[in-house]
Amino acid sequence: MADFKLLRNCVWELPKEGMMRVPARVIATEKLLHEIEQGAMEQIKNVATLPGIQKYSIALPDCHFGYGFAIGGVAAFDAKEGGIVSPGGVGFDINCGVRLVRTSLQAAEIKPKIKELIDVLFGLVPAGVGGKGKIRLDEAGLRELLQHGARWAVENGYGWEKDLLHCEDNGEMKEADPSKVSQKAMQRGMPQSGTLGSGNHFLEIQMVQEIFDEKIAKKFGLFEGQLVVMLHSGSRGFGHQVATDYIEAMLNAMKKYGISVPDRQLACAPIDSDEGRDYIAAMNCGVNYAFANRQAMMHWLREGFSKVLGQSAESLGMDLVYDICHNVAKFEQHAVDGKKKELLVHRKGATRAMPAGRKENQGDYSGTGHPALIPGSMGTASYVLVGTELGLQESFASVCHGAGRAMSRTAAMKGKRGEQVKRELEAKGEVIRGASWAGLAEEAPEAYKDIDEVIRSVELAGIGRKVAKMVPLGVMKG
Amino acid sequence: MFETFEHKADIGVRGIGATEGKAFEECAKAMFGIIADLKKVEAEKFDGIELKAENLEELLVKFLNELLFLKDAKGMLYSKFKVYITSEGPGFALHAKVGGGKIDAAKHSLRGDVKAATYHQLRVAKEGGGFVAQCVVDV
Repeated sequence: MADFKLLRNCVWELPKEGMMRVPARVIATEKLLHEIEQGAMEQIKNVATLPGIQKYSIALPDCHFGYGFAIGGVAAFDAKEGGIVSPGGVGFDINCGVRLVRTSLQAAEIKPKIKELIDVLFGLVPAGVGGKGKIRLDEAGLRELLQHGARWAVENGYGWEKDLLHCEDNGEMKEADPSKVSQKAMQRGMPQSGTLGSGNHFLEIQMVQEIFDEKIAKKFGLFEGQLVVMLHSGSRGFGHQVATDYIEAMLNAMKKYGISVPDRQLACAPIDSDEGRDYIAAMNCGVNYAFANRQAMMHWLREGFSKVLGQSAESLGMDLVYDICHNVAKFEQHAVDGKKKELLVHRKGATRAMPAGRKENQGDYSGTGHPALIPGSMGTASYVLVGTELGLQESFASVCHGAGRAMSRTAAMKGKRGEQVKRELEAKGEVIRGASWAGLAEEAPEAYKDIDEVIRSVELAGIGRKVAKMVPLGVMKG
Repeated sequence: MFETFEHKADIGVRGIGATEGKAFEECAKAMFGIIADLKKVEAEKFDGIELKAENLEELLVKFLNELLFLKDAKGMLYSKFKVYITSEGPGFALHAKVGGGKIDAAKHSLRGDVKAATYHQLRVAKEGGGFVAQCVVDV
């Protein structure tokens, strides 16, 4: 930590050393900087050695140890400078992401119905290991889904056309190419479409506790005391297989391109290579798979609300606020040393936060920038942020993705039993339904960093601004 | 024997056995032990696995990832493993028979899922008169 220089509020820099091509930058309060373990620091430095990396290897305040790349990091590469693409920079759970659905309801009025809502949703949304998907898909159907993402879901009766306007990239990555996906990934994908998964994935009913920017909140359709629903889920076994397949393919291909990496999990290939292009095409299938998943699950949660509250989802005002990825690599235009460049931005455990005026923000959010959704861990607050111009320069328009783990799963399991975690959260008035006790113990609030401190870091560094804070009322976990 | 070991965000799985094959078997048990209570998974159905790799460590990762693929593609959990490893050319070949049953939330005391075996803390080595096979799995 002694090597890090404080550049300005919450922005620390480690100058180039050894094989690093660019400096490393950490965005965090001093408290959180010291919580970043040595292994994660090594990973941030390792990423800085990769060919074609631009500006800096970035770690966000929720940064922690991952595979090759730390989780909670951003790295952008220029294909014209031999820049690479790396599955480790995206993660096994491609397009693990978050969706926020609004309602016109006051949480206080609906509080007595939360338990019933959670129970009904538990029955409607398949979750947990081996949770049987409700969407019947053959190979041809899956290929359509992989090509069109959330659009496929809407065209097959899951949700409304206007939902697509409030999705990152309209929920449909045109770069997807199902022919670049292995048979194994197809076989894993078919039975799991429309399932929540397990681990830290959840469906949570929340109350908007505080609004920090009235004007922007209004544009997002949010108000104080409002009942909202947050969904956190990814690309399931499909994404895991795509990542596994291409890590292996790239390990074999790296010798061909004369690339050597300090850690096998940094396996990569030039963006401008067959392996690179194929991975990008397959990864975008994973992105679309997760978009379609979250679209279908939102449809069921609307059905659940409608059933319990006796009104249509439309009359309940259940519009999609936004859907965002936090494990992905995207082609975006960014300025580097005054020059406009097209870069491949890897965000692993990081959330895009494009400010107003960017072409990524069309329609409703062009004047404000889109919502950046930050889920808290179980029992803690979640936030809606918005991006800034400074964020564009400092972190390629990226903010944190959550709280980040502070305690290993084995340590968390030694700490408290799942039943105890459930009891403690229920004592605070929260309804919990989980598919597994062990899962609850691993996800105990103490196992994570302090989300408020993480958000504080983002704001103090000026890369994002708070719009709203939500607190959990009821949660369903796989 | 098998066990899990500490990792910040995920879990390490380790198998110890008299031969490389037995160490792989135990490592697979450690991995499925993260997902379910293995004592409750009866070996009702058997599947075969055939793999090749340049070295034993890659072979372990491929083996564990193949099991995860079968878990999702066939909806199965495995509790019984018979693994044979032989040299083949410059590398190694693995033949395995794995037994288990369809995932049943009511019966299997499900704990959580495993996304993939990684190259992290990957080791297959001779140790204390036998062999150890380990890696970290992403959960």
